[in-house]
Amino acid sequence: MIIHYLGTISADDLPAAFIRFFADSVSVGFPSPAGDYLDSPIDLNKYLIKNNVATFLVRVSGQSMIDANIADQAILIVDRSLKPKHGSIVVASLDGDFVCKRLQLKPRLCLLPENPAYEPIYIQHGQELDIMGTVTAAINQFK
Amino acid sequence: MNLLALVDCDNFYASCERVFRPDLKKIPIVVLSNNDGCVIARSKEAKSMGIGMGVPWFKIKRAYLAQGGRVFSSNFALYGDLSNRVMHVLSGMSQSMEIYSIDEAFLGLHHLQDPRDAYAFGIHCRSTVHQWVGVPVRIGIAPTKTLAKVASHIAKKRNGGTGVACLHTAGQIKRALRDIPAHEVWGVGRQLSSQLNELGVISAFDLSEVDISLIRKKFSVVLERTVRELRGEPCLEIQEKNAPKKQIIVSRSFKTRINNQEELKPLISNFAARAAEKLRNEKQKCSKVSVLIATSPFEKTSQYRGFASFQFSTPTNDTRSILLGATKALNDSFKGNYIYAKAGVLLSSFSCQEVEQQSLFQDMRDGLLLQPSAELMQCIDLLNQEQQQIYFASQHPESFARVQTKMMSPRYTTNWHELPTAS
Repeated sequence: MIIHYLGTISADDLPAAFIRFFADSVSVGFPSPAGDYLDSPIDLNKYLIKNNVATFLVRVSGQSMIDANIADQAILIVDRSLKPKHGSIVVASLDGDFVCKRLQLKPRLCLLPENPAYEPIYIQHGQELDIMGTVTAAINQFK
Repeated sequence: MNLLALVDCDNFYASCERVFRPDLKKIPIVVLSNNDGCVIARSKEAKSMGIGMGVPWFKIKRAYLAQGGRVFSSNFALYGDLSNRVMHVLSGMSQSMEIYSIDEAFLGLHHLQDPRDAYAFGIHCRSTVHQWVGVPVRIGIAPTKTLAKVASHIAKKRNGGTGVACLHTAGQIKRALRDIPAHEVWGVGRQLSSQLNELGVISAFDLSEVDISLIRKKFSVVLERTVRELRGEPCLEIQEKNAPKKQIIVSRSFKTRINNQEELKPLISNFAARAAEKLRNEKQKCSKVSVLIATSPFEKTSQYRGFASFQFSTPTNDTRSILLGATKALNDSFKGNYIYAKAGVLLSSFSCQEVEQQSLFQDMRDGLLLQPSAELMQCIDLLNQEQQQIYFASQHPESFARVQTKMMSPRYTTNWHELPTAS
């Protein structure tokens, strides 16, 4: 047999991932059959929040959005980076208070409740409406 | 030409108080220091009422409230979270960034091909931060850090403007420097300015024209750098890695005055324990703990400031050692017959946690024989993070209840029970 000297290799030359390969096979016994399927556990934060630096949580008080499946005490996920559109559910400040309503841009600027017991809020001339952000999800807790 | 931007949040703490209080939009706001001692932040409206920075709250309280001003105790949970958000937005806009303080950051603008795009970048940056986080920022853009500070100053002064100022041509820089007194230049200050006045240096432009060798001879290398930077030569680079802290201070002014050591001790122990927690958070150990106690300069009683330190022979981050050291330092700094209004604990002489320097004497002297326990400290920190307050016998347990004064706003972004509500 002829042996060719190719060079030396030190542990520092190996990529970090290489180490893990060895770490698995050292243990005595049958290796875990799941070892090759390294999925991370499901992360609700990732699922619900797309842009975390621009996302704020707001608690709902009242039933005015119940038909949009937003119950009293639900937690709203509000993304400030999304431009609110006609039909978006938004959190807006109206005369200094936060409200959660569906935004109507046409035919007339208006905040619509999702409950027939509540009146639509038409924005009067000279009234200030600041949209804080777009509601991307609501969490209703049952227990 | 490489440009950089200084992004500076306008009246940061006061602006944070407005993010979830749209009703306070044009109302004057001041924020007070810990225990509501003095004013540490003012909204634009409060400034124009003549409220000075650092004035004791009790002096202005009556007149300020009578004029419809609003006041808040400082809410660092909120300010810290909003600051992190601002810094995250900014970090996505540039490849190099230095977080300079809770409300300021430098951004490298190497990615801009043409300096004429800088202004548009500034506008975009400002509106994104405002849209995403809700706090206003102003932006100064220039070839050096010192000039970016000047530009930011201009962005602030142009009231009602865009909040962005850009200095990239020689003409723009010259005009800007003529309008600014030398002592307002970053790193100059009033003390130097009287010496500079003798040389005939009045404006920032005068300063930029002084002969470099004269500056080096009469002043310092630091001022030489400032002069070069004013001329557009970058001397201060963007430092991306945050240098590890060199010291940790926990200090408070007291609600009620204290004149005896027995009452002071549990408070000093609180500060020491909190400082030790911060130290472990920084992954550091300290060799020195110091205690500062002081009377109130606003009262006509006899004045005293006491300061004493205790040196450990082996660096430590064990709360128990730090408590013992602080108690000894308090013994050494305390003098009777004074009415104390403020105290603090300072940790210094840091070394990294990994570097273990075993001392032959292991703090055996003074009864400090103690086996440090990293596990115990880790356990205490974890429990305290989950709001289970674990404390040492020498501490003052009552003062742990978060002092939710009437004047503190909710922790809107960091506490489930204090979220903003919408109806």
